[in-house]
Amino acid sequence: MLRFVLRRLIATPLLLLGVATVAFFLSQMTKGDPLSAIVPERQMNNPEIVAAAKEKWGLDKSLIERYGLYIGNLVQGDLGVSFTTRRAVSADLGERLPATLELVMAAMLIATVVGITLGVLSARYRDRSVDYISRVFALLGSSLPVFWSGLLLLFLFSVQLGWVPGPGRLDARSVAPPSITGFYTVDSLLNGNIPLFFESLHHLLLPSIVLAWSVIGVITRLVRSSLLEVMGQDYVRTARAKGAGEGRVMLNHALRNALIPTLTIIGFSFAYLITGAVLTEAVFSWPGVGSYAVSSARSLDLPGIIGVTLVGSLAFLVANLLTDIAYAFANPRVKLQ
Amino acid sequence: MTASVSSPAVSLPANVARSGPSFGRRLRQVPLPVLIGGFVVLFWIITALTVSFWGLPDPIQIAGKRLQAPSLSHWLGTDALGRDVLSRTLYGAVYSVPIAIGVVAVGVFIGATLGAIAGYVGGVVDGIIMRLVDVTLAFPPILLAMTISATLGPGLVNAAIAMIIVWWPIYARLMRAQVLEVKEREHVEAAIAGGAGHIRVLGIHILPLCWTPILINATMDFGQVVLLAASLSFIGLGASPPTPEWGSMISEGAARFYSWWVAFGPGMAILTLVLGFSFLGDGLRDMLDPRSK
Amino acid sequence: MTRTETVASSIATQTAPLLEVRDLKVTFNSPDGAADAICGIDLSVGAGEVLGIVGESGSGKSVTMMALMQLLPASAQITGSARFRGQELVGATSSTMRQLRGARIGMIFQDPLTAFNPVLTVGAQIVEALRLHEKDLSKKAAWERAVELLAEVSIPQPDRRATQYPHEFSGGMRQRAMIAMAIANRPDLLIADEPTTALDVTVQAQIMDLLNRLREERNIGLILITHDLGVVAGAADRIAVMYSGRIVEQGSVDEVFYNPRHPYTRGLLAALPKIDGEAGPLVAIEGTPPSLRNRPAGCAFRPRCSVSVERCSTIVPALLSLNGVETACHRSEELQRISA
Repeated sequence: MLRFVLRRLIATPLLLLGVATVAFFLSQMTKGDPLSAIVPERQMNNPEIVAAAKEKWGLDKSLIERYGLYIGNLVQGDLGVSFTTRRAVSADLGERLPATLELVMAAMLIATVVGITLGVLSARYRDRSVDYISRVFALLGSSLPVFWSGLLLLFLFSVQLGWVPGPGRLDARSVAPPSITGFYTVDSLLNGNIPLFFESLHHLLLPSIVLAWSVIGVITRLVRSSLLEVMGQDYVRTARAKGAGEGRVMLNHALRNALIPTLTIIGFSFAYLITGAVLTEAVFSWPGVGSYAVSSARSLDLPGIIGVTLVGSLAFLVANLLTDIAYAFANPRVKLQ
Repeated sequence: MTASVSSPAVSLPANVARSGPSFGRRLRQVPLPVLIGGFVVLFWIITALTVSFWGLPDPIQIAGKRLQAPSLSHWLGTDALGRDVLSRTLYGAVYSVPIAIGVVAVGVFIGATLGAIAGYVGGVVDGIIMRLVDVTLAFPPILLAMTISATLGPGLVNAAIAMIIVWWPIYARLMRAQVLEVKEREHVEAAIAGGAGHIRVLGIHILPLCWTPILINATMDFGQVVLLAASLSFIGLGASPPTPEWGSMISEGAARFYSWWVAFGPGMAILTLVLGFSFLGDGLRDMLDPRSK
Repeated sequence: MTRTETVASSIATQTAPLLEVRDLKVTFNSPDGAADAICGIDLSVGAGEVLGIVGESGSGKSVTMMALMQLLPASAQITGSARFRGQELVGATSSTMRQLRGARIGMIFQDPLTAFNPVLTVGAQIVEALRLHEKDLSKKAAWERAVELLAEVSIPQPDRRATQYPHEFSGGMRQRAMIAMAIANRPDLLIADEPTTALDVTVQAQIMDLLNRLREERNIGLILITHDLGVVAGAADRIAVMYSGRIVEQGSVDEVFYNPRHPYTRGLLAALPKIDGEAGPLVAIEGTPPSLRNRPAGCAFRPRCSVSVERCSTIVPALLSLNGVETACHRSEELQRISA
């Protein structure tokens, strides 16, 4: 199993190289002048900018040399310059990443807790109304377009009921806390600004629930099916034969084993999470990487959208790698020699 | 031990099932969710085929006052230009249903072909195809689709191409695994020993046994394609404004936030169609995949 | 020689057996109709006595035990009576059963690898068994008891072994640990379901010795379920032979072994390799046991029986006592005369 983890450790950078290669070809594939993928139209008549760009990305050189330059720039963290913000894409992303991470981590927390709970209830009360209700709730989450459910929930809870604030990370007049982690909830606490903490938490509430709901279905389904499978195992019968009650059998014996395959779902649900995050951020005007991707794509800002895609793939691959490693460690049967 | 305890309950139905119930009995055994899912999907397919004959208001012409709340004359209200939302919602099927079917069909075709070649030929060809699969699957789907759409330029066809590029690797993996498994069976070895050509072995002896998991997955994926297509249009990369496509209608609704009904109709359309495909796919898996129960 | 002693003691306690089963029936309900897994059986076990239950897989021997412990799925319908130390088990509440399971009645399963939870250490699982029934036992004290138990079943380095996971044990060690867990709360009755089937032959003998030692030391009643007559021959005081949900022959181990009446028992014994190594081919009984739903009318063994007569296909033979052995065969008297 250590060999398996090692193989994954070696495969991940190779896959990243593959991803970068695809990104390179996409950036070269635009109709006509490849320059149009690097320099925005309005600056095309500025010879200095054009010359600098040609020099940096080697546009007069051969495809292979250009590829080398591209990868070299990537390794240095240079993702090009955004057409819309006219700043380095890497700087834009660095600024926006904490907002996305805060949203995604809050959503993952909610999705894991609710998803596992529903999965356990579903398996415990199999084929009874609790099972049906939690499965329908989970299925609804994965069938709803988040850009629509987010919109309707925002309208209902913010406009009609006034329970949650409008879009954004903070109220319009509030000032962000001094950045330490970039998470507004954490930073406001570190600064001892309790009202701002509750404000940012309040703003985080609805978008993270909307995002979590879209992932819950995957988690619930897997927890339920692996629990049902585990409940038929010999050691579950042994636990009953010891005199353990059903609740104890479920939580102490079955769930511990069922959660091991469920770990893999965290990597898998990450794909749903990224999809959901892009659209949730767009609806809730959340100033993160997702809404940056949407606005880049809308304005056909290729360096911007390719930059987000590269960072997203990196996160995706790392999440999958961590999942695999966690899986290897969570399973005592895996020998680590 | 477990086997001997559960065998009375488990082994017997298998014996009964072998006798083969009539079609009518089978239909009655179809679970309710599958029936509902099938009905909903059928509704949207028929709508997509026949909606222009229903005598609805023209979906891209002004039909009344702007931003009217739902009423008897406009059941789902009117949008920011005064177009009938119900009519636009129903016409949306004309775009969403063919895109879902087209993307999955082409994705299955490309993926299954490459997967079958990879599994059957093996070696370097297998290596190249499967590394391509690995790299494609290393992208978060929506970001890859967005990048490709942005590269090709906005439009429904380009969005469909982007989604095919995102989707084929899944089928390639499934097909390869199936072919690898079936290839080892005795009847295939017998056919090869009997001198059958590669095309014949693959086409007659292997492929017909490989379709079940792909069929199940494809049914589940229709709904996901509907969702992704609508998402791309919502972002502005799919259908362009006058087109009554569900995603772009919701995008228009988002701009008219307080007139909730503008987005309500198309959202319900997406939800019902996606749920319909999910129910259908779930049921299909339960019926075809012996391991799922 | 110990055998004769224990037979004597079991006769002495026969007045108040540890476990007394009367007319136990188990029916599995499914959408395709009901299937009778157990069609009414009588059994009894005394303290310190070993009852061997023998039969092919699917004969209902395991289902019987699972039914007694109420460990069958909800689709199983159980009727009849099973009294454990006078207390009725059939229809007992789940809290009553929880207090009995693992405390007064211990269970040992066939495959100790799958029977242990793979993600908990062996020590933790024994500790759980102890603390489930002794609520005020501290974790530390329970751990010490677990280590003592492992030592008692002759596991070397028990304190280190307790911290290991089941997959780090060998098959025989795992079964020893399983036995340690089953006797943790000093039960009166042990049910061992194929305890040696998954083990190597040499290890089998060690495990049987261990069970026998514990039985003697603690005066535990033992029900030994197996398809292997050889295992029963060395260890049991009495034997019940099951076929298709019924007991077809029951009696002391010597009587059944040296003077079998039922054609099925004879078949089983003929299939057994002789210890003197002389006898030639291994004779198996032809055919397979009937499925529960297609049981033939009359005697379930008739299709495989070489001595069946007409009434065997219409009337189910009753279990009748004949010279101290109970046999369910229409021709048991004639057969006994032939063999005697």
